[in-house]
Amino acid sequence: MFQKTLTPDYHFLEQIEAAGPYLAGACYQCRKCTNGCPVTFAMDLYPDEVIRLVIIGQPQTVLNCDTIWVCAACETCTTRCPNDVKIAELMDCLKEMAVQKGIACPQPQILTLHDTFLKNVKKWGRVFETTFLPQYLLRSGEFLRLWQTGTWRDEMKLAWQMSRKRRFPVLPKTISGKKEVRKILDRHKKRSNPS
Amino acid sequence: MKVTYYPGCSLEGTAKDYAESIVGICASLNIQLEEIPDWNCCGATAAHSIDHRAGIELAGRTLNLAARLPHADMLVPCPMCFNRLKTAAWILNQDSADRYDMHLDASLPKIWDLANFLASDPMLKKIAKNISRPLEGLKVVCYYGCMANRPPEITETTDFENPQALDRIIQTLGAAAIPWAYKTDCCGASQVLSRPDIVSHLVGKLYDMAQRVGAQAIVVSCQMCQANLDMHQEKIATDWGKRFAFPVYYFTELIGLAQDVAGVERWLRRHITDPFALLKQLNLWNRP
Repeated sequence: MFQKTLTPDYHFLEQIEAAGPYLAGACYQCRKCTNGCPVTFAMDLYPDEVIRLVIIGQPQTVLNCDTIWVCAACETCTTRCPNDVKIAELMDCLKEMAVQKGIACPQPQILTLHDTFLKNVKKWGRVFETTFLPQYLLRSGEFLRLWQTGTWRDEMKLAWQMSRKRRFPVLPKTISGKKEVRKILDRHKKRSNPS
Repeated sequence: MKVTYYPGCSLEGTAKDYAESIVGICASLNIQLEEIPDWNCCGATAAHSIDHRAGIELAGRTLNLAARLPHADMLVPCPMCFNRLKTAAWILNQDSADRYDMHLDASLPKIWDLANFLASDPMLKKIAKNISRPLEGLKVVCYYGCMANRPPEITETTDFENPQALDRIIQTLGAAAIPWAYKTDCCGASQVLSRPDIVSHLVGKLYDMAQRVGAQAIVVSCQMCQANLDMHQEKIATDWGKRFAFPVYYFTELIGLAQDVAGVERWLRRHITDPFALLKQLNLWNRP
């Protein structure tokens, strides 16, 4: 994965720190974050490696990695970091940066999930799970996968049980402040950078 | 007493059981819930992942609406919402708040995670006084998940590595809360939709440990944890090549059961993994 000669982007760390006080530069590589992380088994870079690569200015590698998306935001790393590096928050910052730069997400379902969720919030002001879940399944291609692997019956059975137990309301509870909510969510398009 | 209440979106939908049990037990504990008028979604994982500022501002809008109510305390049953509201309150009170298009009104109520609120000494006394059916013989592990406790800078908790709120409530009800090491290990949350394989791995580990320490059931305070642990138990057991049959109770449902609050049966019927068999076996459920 590493080139023989790294060409550092000397301003990458600065750019990150300008977006928020993540204190990445304070990392002394004790790896406590990685040792406590519950999802390292699904990561291509360990959390401490992501921080290291931010410090040495390797935006291409960190903005394209699975790790920033697979991170479950459980906050164990941030909680335990002896140097107060905001590791989980840094993962968010990198995800947002990757999206704004138009980098193809290596975990497309995860991005589709977030995107579908926010669209639903924009529509109603609150999340209406009854439409959010099928929208996600269709948009992400997950429904197609369930269909192809023949596991859709299990999911339909669960959905049926949930409906019978009245856990999928028929009508959304919308709010009168929808416009304010839309304004908050639309503003993002006008923001060039998360800084 | 009267308090401000922020239920959050899932309590209006898939977590109806949690919502109804909260309303039920608060009435029995004489806590009047006043819902924030016109509250909106906190933005949850989606917003903080790809639109940080919207995450803060969405929660900020709700906080400003909450500030208009006269009550000193605000109860938030969903740990995700709790975490996002606390984060917004924290960030919008910093010097860097001018990065956001949102200003906080001065008089915010104290934001409480529901379990921590009900585990305070005066509340525990109130709960103990109302018990008509002690949950004797029930052995559970309390599972807290992530968001009610981490990061402590935001949540303002001190026992974040080994929280006690649910354990204290469960013991007050007469049940046994078995100590275990996985109280705050992540369940994978919304990845149940985007990466179910990750959730199977994480939740399977929880079942496995709960089984090893001899728990009969798992008690939670988070509807995301409840959904992940309750809804896919059979499938995860198959992935792990094991047999798991843990009822996953909300702590509020068990308070309701111990206090014989009307509606317990309706709440529990909404679960996917059978919550009744264990209670019958322990003589804690004598309805058919």
